[in-house]
Amino acid sequence: MVETTGTTVDARTRALTTRRRWRGGAVRHGIHRPARDRRRGERSLWSRKVGRAMFLVPALVYLALLFAYPLVYNILLSLRQAGVIGFVNDSAKFAGLANYRTALANPALPTVVVNTAIFLVASLVFQFVIGFGLALFFTRRFPLSGLLRALLLVPWLLPGVVTGSILRFMFDTSDGMINQVLKDVGIIHAPVQWLSDPHLALVTVIVANIWVGIPFNMLLLHGGIQEIPRELYEAGRVDGAGTLRLFRSITVPMLRPVIAVVLILGFIYTLKAFDIIVVMTGGGPINGSQLLSTWSYTLSFTNLDFGQGAAIGTIMMLVSLVCAVIYTRIYRGGETR
Amino acid sequence: MSTDTHALSRSRSRSRAGRGVPNLRSLLDLVVGLAVVVVMLSPIYWAIVTSLKTELQSFSSPPTLLPPTPTFAAYGQAFRSQGGALGTSLVIAVGATVITLLIAVPAAHALASFRFRVTGLVVLLLLVSQTIPGIVLGTSFFKIFTRFHLLNSYLGLMIADSTYGVPFAILIIRAFMLGLPRELLEAAYVDGAGTLGTFLRIVVPLSRPAILSAGLFAFLFAWGDFLFALTLTTSNAITPISLGVYSYLGLHTEQWPDLMAAAVFAAVPSGVLLVVAQRWIRGGLATSGLKG
Repeated sequence: MVETTGTTVDARTRALTTRRRWRGGAVRHGIHRPARDRRRGERSLWSRKVGRAMFLVPALVYLALLFAYPLVYNILLSLRQAGVIGFVNDSAKFAGLANYRTALANPALPTVVVNTAIFLVASLVFQFVIGFGLALFFTRRFPLSGLLRALLLVPWLLPGVVTGSILRFMFDTSDGMINQVLKDVGIIHAPVQWLSDPHLALVTVIVANIWVGIPFNMLLLHGGIQEIPRELYEAGRVDGAGTLRLFRSITVPMLRPVIAVVLILGFIYTLKAFDIIVVMTGGGPINGSQLLSTWSYTLSFTNLDFGQGAAIGTIMMLVSLVCAVIYTRIYRGGETR
Repeated sequence: MSTDTHALSRSRSRSRAGRGVPNLRSLLDLVVGLAVVVVMLSPIYWAIVTSLKTELQSFSSPPTLLPPTPTFAAYGQAFRSQGGALGTSLVIAVGATVITLLIAVPAAHALASFRFRVTGLVVLLLLVSQTIPGIVLGTSFFKIFTRFHLLNSYLGLMIADSTYGVPFAILIIRAFMLGLPRELLEAAYVDGAGTLGTFLRIVVPLSRPAILSAGLFAFLFAWGDFLFALTLTTSNAITPISLGVYSYLGLHTEQWPDLMAAAVFAAVPSGVLLVVAQRWIRGGLATSGLKG
């Protein structure tokens, strides 16, 4: 109940109790309490503890009901024999790992896993490199830099459906401005099937996802760069280091924790990507841009095979959990510093 | 791009800016910066331009960078067909924000001021909870909500949408509350304000900026939700704006101006948030890291 900063605790309680005595009241905190008051004091201490706990209890109940329970439910769902009948009257029997076996044997699985891997790696690399470049650029002082940096956040703040429909329009084969411009400039002669070619569709949704992710990378990396002490660069310069050398020997090593956080959060965030893909391609054509997240949705809600959908969800959760563990390690390290 | 601005040139350019003479280099930077913003925001520009065109103009080739005959007809159309959806989203997002703050503000106070043994663990769980893929929650909520008759209901979507905001809000409000002077809280307590009184009369008013920005984010997350709207509605009884926008996207969409106007309506809260809570965005990100 008291701050854990050693000696200051005693000093503080002493100050508090003396203050109370000046006012002539009983010692409320009950720390240097007379013996006859002790029983009453203990009871009020206990009720105070309960009172304090009540601040946290709603949140704990909330977490249990809306995060823990659905997670457990999802795992149980993935272990039960689903199918349409089980879905309707909820009478599905325990089926062990059957859903996982079915999902792993699903002919679409290799495509989806490869798509997800390409989507993750390409999104992360490009978002990070472009975001890092912009973060470095915006450390320079020039008029309006703050305003321009703020404007760059817009793609990240837009609802996914909005982003998805704007980009779907721009990449539309016949009406989209991208094909029209490319044709007018003479780069292409026939319209490119950005969203209706199974291979290109994945590239297009990756481009969309990079667009959304750049501001996030820029924001965190820019913040990190601002925290690096200027003296380091001055010292480096005195030692005769050039721009590239300063970047390699000061910026990158000093930013390492921030870089790690950005990449891990980026990974988790990209694995969750859902809205943009559903809106732009619906995972198609013929699973061309299907990712684990959209596939899990399709299995559950289109094929009504909740068991398989939940199995894929559980696998995604495990992957996320590994990242979460790494993330919290770094986060805690950052907090104690 | 160069990093050499950090040390020496920064102080140089500052002193020059102080004399009111922008140097050539910072002007060059401004031009590059503007170019970056133009490229990055071009899709949004294109959406707005298209929303001011007629259907025929929207797919004219070559594309016109300005609406030839600006018209708000598409906005009228979009509002007529999506006005109800905007209202629905407003109700759901306000409800989700209220749930979020009712849970998060007291919890943030508890995690910032009372040293419970579980504090560290709860903070850890909050961080982990934000990594759960939405589709996992969506699938389970669908089954659970079916049983409790929460499908196709405002309350159900409010509850589901609040899951975007609660962990995030607890973390950013707590981070702010950790910065409040402890002496103030203790003084209030000693003066007989009690645990609840201290919270309501001291902590909440002082934390108003953090609570406001957490509330804005919670609103934005709920407003932008698509996944729960998609999974937790099975009829047209309740159609949030995300589903409204999505409904334009049939196999052969041709109402591009209407769609873009609806998208602009759906994007309004993002713009408001950017203006109102600018300085909180980075802080929020740094503490909790994730959007939705």
